Amino acid sequence: MVVPIACYLVLAAVLFSIGIAAFLIRRNIITIFMSIELMLNAVNLTFVAFAHMWHQLSGQIFVFFVMVVAAAEAAVGLAIIIALFRVRQTLNVDQVDLLKN
Amino acid sequence: MQIALFIIFGLLAVAGALNLLFQRHPINSALSLVVVMMSLAVLYWSLGAEFLAAAQVIVYAGAIMVLFVFVVMLLNAGEEDRTHGSKIAYIAGIPGAAAIFCLLSFVFLSERGQFGTTQLGGYLTSSVSNISEISHILFTSLLLPFEVTSILILVAILGAVVLARKEL
Repeated sequence: MVVPIACYLVLAAVLFSIGIAAFLIRRNIITIFMSIELMLNAVNLTFVAFAHMWHQLSGQIFVFFVMVVAAAEAAVGLAIIIALFRVRQTLNVDQVDLLKN
Repeated sequence: MQIALFIIFGLLAVAGALNLLFQRHPINSALSLVVVMMSLAVLYWSLGAEFLAAAQVIVYAGAIMVLFVFVVMLLNAGEEDRTHGSKIAYIAGIPGAAAIFCLLSFVFLSERGQFGTTQLGGYLTSSVSNISEISHILFTSLLLPFEVTSILILVAILGAVVLARKEL
């Protein structure tokens, strides 16, 4: 049995939407960061599926670079979270509102 | 074979993502994200991207998630508490995500005839190995971007060290 490419794309859409919902609903800054990673993974799945569809490697190269940038982003973002926690003693995004007033 | 792999690991990925959404404790969310990434690695492999499947396990499930779990433990993050902002987020977030999902799946399903199907034991071009193809491209035509990413990683390491220092 073969699987249509559209199934992979719909699965990626499901994961991306769950990532958006988690990004908007969750209040913990670490979990919000994790949902960003989930969305990146969903987009990576789309890239790989399209690379398979066109028999081209460009999509896989794209995914490789997305992985590299995601690793760098995770390192810097988690360092920012640690620095923020030192100053504010909280991880709740609702209590980090210095720019609001 | 391929459809069994897709159904099993697709459902596992969706279940892990939903668990990430509904768990209250960050460490549970992190571990369910590991499940999502592992099942995505199997899906990459079934799409003929062996190198990316390995890189997904090593980089994402290995390095990045260990970093997340480490930070959760370092900051002693407990269960998150519901605040006023989360009610607004519920009202806006669920319909927004549902709308984006409906739009994307409508486009994908209405064009599904043009996408074609997949075969296991993926092939891309005439080359034997996926890894040799990728490395050939990375070290010839994409050599400059590949080297620039190493500088990016170096900058990210320095930035993380500077940001996480005691006296900022």
